[in-house]
Amino acid sequence: MNYGVVSQEQLEKIDEILTEKLIKIGVDCVIIIDMAGNIITAKDNGTSKYDVYSFAALAAGNFATVDAMAKLVGEEEFSLLFHKGTDCNIHFSKIDDELLLISMFGKDISLGFLRLNVVETIEHIKKLWARD
Amino acid sequence: MSFINLREKIVQIKIVYYGPGRGGKTTNLEYINRKFNKQIQSEMVSLKTHGDRTLFFDFLPFDMGKIKGYEMKIQLYTVPGQVKYNATRKLVLKGVDGLVFVADAQEQMREKNIRSLNQLYENLKSYKQSIFKIPLVLQYNKVDLRNQGIPILPTSVLEKDLNGKLKVPSFEASALTGYHVPETLKKIISSTVVAIQKKLL
Repeated sequence: MNYGVVSQEQLEKIDEILTEKLIKIGVDCVIIIDMAGNIITAKDNGTSKYDVYSFAALAAGNFATVDAMAKLVGEEEFSLLFHKGTDCNIHFSKIDDELLLISMFGKDISLGFLRLNVVETIEHIKKLWARD
Repeated sequence: MSFINLREKIVQIKIVYYGPGRGGKTTNLEYINRKFNKQIQSEMVSLKTHGDRTLFFDFLPFDMGKIKGYEMKIQLYTVPGQVKYNATRKLVLKGVDGLVFVADAQEQMREKNIRSLNQLYENLKSYKQSIFKIPLVLQYNKVDLRNQGIPILPTSVLEKDLNGKLKVPSFEASALTGYHVPETLKKIISSTVVAIQKKLL
């Protein structure tokens, strides 16, 4: 998969999927990043303003660290990460070896519901890459 | 690897400051952060220990304006310099587009510089990148200490030690006073942008 350059069409479709599956159910902000900390795309609900570039750098570092910890305890990977806060929660999920989907959401969505939608979102995105 | 967003016309470029511990990598970024605050929209992120040493990385996003209609977003990173942190140092190197090697010009640091550069070579190799191909600039930092009577290696020695085979652009510098810090940054940005253009065309 070559994700170094993503076509306009691919990005638009990915944005559509993110909006439909995650923003519409009440997720505040969704970011797709690569493991080097670059932002592939970011979508939000229009009211949240996060510094997504710094966030991407930290998230990539965070995920890489957890990955290295997994190897230390003999796991292939921890493919899912979840941070719980009082008002904001962050959910990380691996799309493939190079890409990460990050969702930031508040108290109104249950983790289970979010996880279901994240799984579906990732399936859709993978199909899109496979087709192109 | 740089990421190019064709729709929003944004190019993201990752530049990493590498080098031995206490060599001045973070000080470079701090100077850039102060000096170019108009081009920096968000705050510098520093993950450090209680003793103020870099634990994971520093991160500074730097907007360089447009080239051929594309907005250049330069992401500056440093690595932790301490020997024991190679695992995290390697993580930060992932997807790097350009490198600044910050050497410490003090005489007593001679061996540490060489060891750190050798490790950079190895770390890049693990990502299938070659130190001879990636855009790289050397910076011989702390030359200002010469005025305080601290023994500083002559540039010719540093060139021979570190740049003998690489033959890349190099600068004497003082990260604390800012001497040649912007020049180093400009050089690595231009080398990296040229390399990315070549790769795409």
